[in-house]
Amino acid sequence: MLKKILFALTAVLILVSSYLVFFYAQVPINPQETGANPNDFKIFYFHLPIAISSYLAFAIVFIASVLYLRSKQQKWDIAAVSAAEVGVILTFLTLVSGSVWIRAGAWACNCWWVPWDVRLNTSLVLFLIYLSYLMVRQAVEEPEKRARLSAVFGIVGFIGVPLSYMSIRLWTKATLHPVMEFHPTSNMLLTILLNFAAYFLLVVLLIVLKIGNEQLKEKLNEIKREKGL
Amino acid sequence: MKFLEIAIKDLRAEFRTKQMLNSMMIFALLVIVIFSYAFGNEATLEVKVLNTKVVDLLAPGMLWIAFTFAGMLGLSRSFASEKEEGCLEGLKLCPVDRSEIYNGKVISNIVLMFLMEITTIPVFIVLFSYDIKNIPGLLVVVVIGTFGFIFVGTLLSALTVNTRTREILLPVILFPVLIPVILSAVTATGTMLSSGEFSDIAGELQILAVYDVIFFVVAQLVFEYTIED
Repeated sequence: MLKKILFALTAVLILVSSYLVFFYAQVPINPQETGANPNDFKIFYFHLPIAISSYLAFAIVFIASVLYLRSKQQKWDIAAVSAAEVGVILTFLTLVSGSVWIRAGAWACNCWWVPWDVRLNTSLVLFLIYLSYLMVRQAVEEPEKRARLSAVFGIVGFIGVPLSYMSIRLWTKATLHPVMEFHPTSNMLLTILLNFAAYFLLVVLLIVLKIGNEQLKEKLNEIKREKGL
Repeated sequence: MKFLEIAIKDLRAEFRTKQMLNSMMIFALLVIVIFSYAFGNEATLEVKVLNTKVVDLLAPGMLWIAFTFAGMLGLSRSFASEKEEGCLEGLKLCPVDRSEIYNGKVISNIVLMFLMEITTIPVFIVLFSYDIKNIPGLLVVVVIGTFGFIFVGTLLSALTVNTRTREILLPVILFPVLIPVILSAVTATGTMLSSGEFSDIAGELQILAVYDVIFFVVAQLVFEYTIED
């Protein structure tokens, strides 16, 4: 029941916030803008919330990993792997939406990728770190050992999140991403906040669904073991 | 100080055969030789726009590729060699804290890395007829960078030793986590090689030092989980 409410709420919020992006939010005047159509700024309303919600997913991986090592309860391992998968997808979407934005004219290079931008590189690295997290899980068969080793890597790999977030402050020379000195008009603020809410809820929803999936998988394995299959 | 005993044991075993050390050194030399041959005469050309030579732009990346790839050879054997004859079980039976094993391994790995680096840099100087502007500065960067590399590398080496595909998995999961070290070390090395002002690399040294501290502490906390059964 709770899942259904969450699902409905997320669906409504995503629809409403997407409507706001396309028909309500203003397009600010952006000095770096070079594209033919300044409306491509609207990708920003998806790009930023998706990026931040991927950080949220990875923070859940980190916390669940710490809790697993402390308590050795399988539910934390399931939470960690579910959050990691959702986070990988969201980081991928961040990279894709950013790439499309660059091509559309965020930067005058007529390209998909700006190799010297630290934020792009650190986000790609974040994506790779959590792909390798999933690879660590594949490389171990015994469930207890898999949970333990991947929890250690889930803690170590979390370095990617502050790194990606702080990159534009650490290596200031090379980035397209401004450090937020955002003075939005009220309708921009409403749109971006609603988008944040929508994507945070989406992360929670996806993780909850994935956890349900994993639990069913566990149950199936148990039944198979009982029947000796 | 029990970790020193473990480090001495490792080094004594290593210097009996010098297997690891030889292959690391030869591998690093080969990388430099291959680069020197591949770049050929072009390396000495001037880049007018930047007022440097081509080799100045390539050298830092080349050195760190040699260091990290050769170091990877040592790391992947560091715990794998303990797997033979149940040596790891013996180590775990030692009446010391588990993190002492990690500290011991870190020290022996660092010694091997330094020996490899100390022989690689002169070869680099000879093959490229290179004039390093600030040798003490370069050494500082290399030392701090190597610490970061080994702190993470030793932890992940212990993590992968229990997996099915250990030698293959280690580089795949280590490099993404290492990116902050490689990024800052390469930039700092470039400055030390060409212009040689210490104040120019304060930012990079800060990142490296913070990274070293974070991972040293994290490894102390989580190492025991990587080798427990």
